[in-house]
Amino acid sequence: MARIEVPMPQMGESIAEGTVSQWMKQVGDAVERDEPILEISTDKVDAEIPAPSSGTLVEIVVPEGETVEVGTIVAYIETEAGAAVAAPAAAAADAPAAEAPAARTAPPVAAPVVETPAASGGDQSAEERLRTRSTPVVRKIAEEHGIDIVSVSGSGHAGRVTKQDILDFIESGASAPPAVPAAPAPAAPAAPVAPSAAPSDLWKQFYGEVKHPEYPVRAADRVEGMDRMRRLTAEHMVLAKRVTPHVHSFIEIDFSSIDRIRAANKARWAAQGARVSYTAFVAWAVSRVLREFPMVNSAVSGNNVIFRGNVNLGMAVDLNPGLIVPVVHDADHLGLIGVGNKIVDVATRARDKKLMPDEIQGATFTITNPGVLGTLVGLPVIPKGTSAILGTGAIEKKVVVVTDPETGADVMAIRKRSLFSLGYDHRIVDGADAARFLAALKVMLEDFPEDA
Amino acid sequence: MRPLDVRRLGVVSYADGLDLQAELVVARRAGDIPDTLLLLEHPHVITLGSGSRHEHVLADADERAARGIELFETGRGGDVTYHGPGQLVAYPVLDLKPDRKDLHRYLRDLESMLIRVAGAFTIDALRSEGLTGVWTDVGKLAAIGVRVSSGWITSHGVALNVSTDLDYFQTIVPCGIADREVTSLERELGRSVPMDEASEALVEAFCGVFEREAIVA
Repeated sequence: MARIEVPMPQMGESIAEGTVSQWMKQVGDAVERDEPILEISTDKVDAEIPAPSSGTLVEIVVPEGETVEVGTIVAYIETEAGAAVAAPAAAAADAPAAEAPAARTAPPVAAPVVETPAASGGDQSAEERLRTRSTPVVRKIAEEHGIDIVSVSGSGHAGRVTKQDILDFIESGASAPPAVPAAPAPAAPAAPVAPSAAPSDLWKQFYGEVKHPEYPVRAADRVEGMDRMRRLTAEHMVLAKRVTPHVHSFIEIDFSSIDRIRAANKARWAAQGARVSYTAFVAWAVSRVLREFPMVNSAVSGNNVIFRGNVNLGMAVDLNPGLIVPVVHDADHLGLIGVGNKIVDVATRARDKKLMPDEIQGATFTITNPGVLGTLVGLPVIPKGTSAILGTGAIEKKVVVVTDPETGADVMAIRKRSLFSLGYDHRIVDGADAARFLAALKVMLEDFPEDA
Repeated sequence: MRPLDVRRLGVVSYADGLDLQAELVVARRAGDIPDTLLLLEHPHVITLGSGSRHEHVLADADERAARGIELFETGRGGDVTYHGPGQLVAYPVLDLKPDRKDLHRYLRDLESMLIRVAGAFTIDALRSEGLTGVWTDVGKLAAIGVRVSSGWITSHGVALNVSTDLDYFQTIVPCGIADREVTSLERELGRSVPMDEASEALVEAFCGVFEREAIVA
């Protein structure tokens, strides 16, 4: 005879618990391996749980209507003599529970009827014992708080550490935060996690709620609340950095070709009242090049990538103090003068606070110009919901080595140059993609189309 | 790509739909049939999931009889819902074992699929945190309630309001959520949407999200 445990199976990565909705077998019933013995429900899914082994259902631990964590023993099945001491793991292979870490190792001395000595816990590794004694929820909470589960006493079945045990442990203050944070990731901020937080709440907190750590105030300091714009910006920056793995690549752009066009059209544009800044040239070129690089004009959304059908350029405008990013919608359908006028228009209205709500929404790519104040180059943060941002550095006269087209000789020349940086979401944009994008942009800007 | 047998069944009574699914689940588990997607409409019916509360059925027996609405208790997850003409019901009978043994992933995939269908009609639909189903600014566009039988075989599925007479939802508290409205493709678009157009879009979205290839019957 062997007593086999039936644990609440792990039915999905993010599923921490399940509700026993119905026992399809009663105590004393004979059950066949793989025959459904109970039904559980989580969210909007009902699932049948098959018997891990043939035998007799001898004990129902969790009654109908009760919700328990994954890994909790819900019932025991007694197998026929010598049927299979090693059955639990093997028998569960076809069951939905197959991938459940908790189901992989049954507690060694759980049952009154002990298995063969070889199968008992003697030769288990510490890791196995730890797993044996806790559920994924508990391990996750322990990890969040940098707690060694072994140091928590368990009140659960076979000395398991239950969720309540670990929450009590945390509340008792026994888990004073270690001097060196257990997790290297900044994702574990000083902000304490509410003790009652279930994993789904933790997830929400991670993505949905930004908490800024607080610091002591000294005598000479002045404390001011952040205004709405500052708070939104702060939250947006934290989220963008948390969620998106940033990488930056650089390229140097020669503005000689653009300068020639500007000089040639200066009088005409002035007569038209057209306002064609360097930024207009950059925005025009970017909007054209983006069409060839859909991943640079996209957004990672869950397990999908949304390739945007429009090119809507966000143009960061310094309000000093503060910053706003008005959007030039469908920039790729505007000519050079149209882009230039639109940029001046939205930037002016941004400073006058006269933008309409839809004029700051829907950007698919952003251009920021730290160079306007003389900065050589920046490492801009990618606005959330987009995959890239271009930072344009100061345009400065530099001595560069060029090849004289007449003689073929290398000569020194004075050229207007600027460093551009592309910040990109490394989940979707590879380094080579970024390099190709920047190279194409360079070609476009350095040999700027006369008819733009 | 794994094959998907798409069966368009027209109007099927709820009871027949349950029987057919029960048969197909057994056949799918035995490997006798490929993954199958049933597309159909039900006559007016109110169904109760295993998590249902009877007070979420607002129409009493007399009113149900007068309006020709049946009442059914089912084995799927979720609360009360209504099915009726103009609603595209999709019941995937899939073996999730090979590539997606995760209940939440299955639900999220069904939502993604429905969001794509809405997108095909230029409707912005979204998940709503904590509420299964697919929503627009107006209300709930599609309901989800699934069952996974022993061996990771799915049944039940999704109900997308195409041209549903939304008045019938007044007879229930949909999915037990009292404060949200119900909507349909027609209500969103202000034009009539033929059922075929919706089912085409659904099959395409389904094959895209689940990486299946529809078998042309």
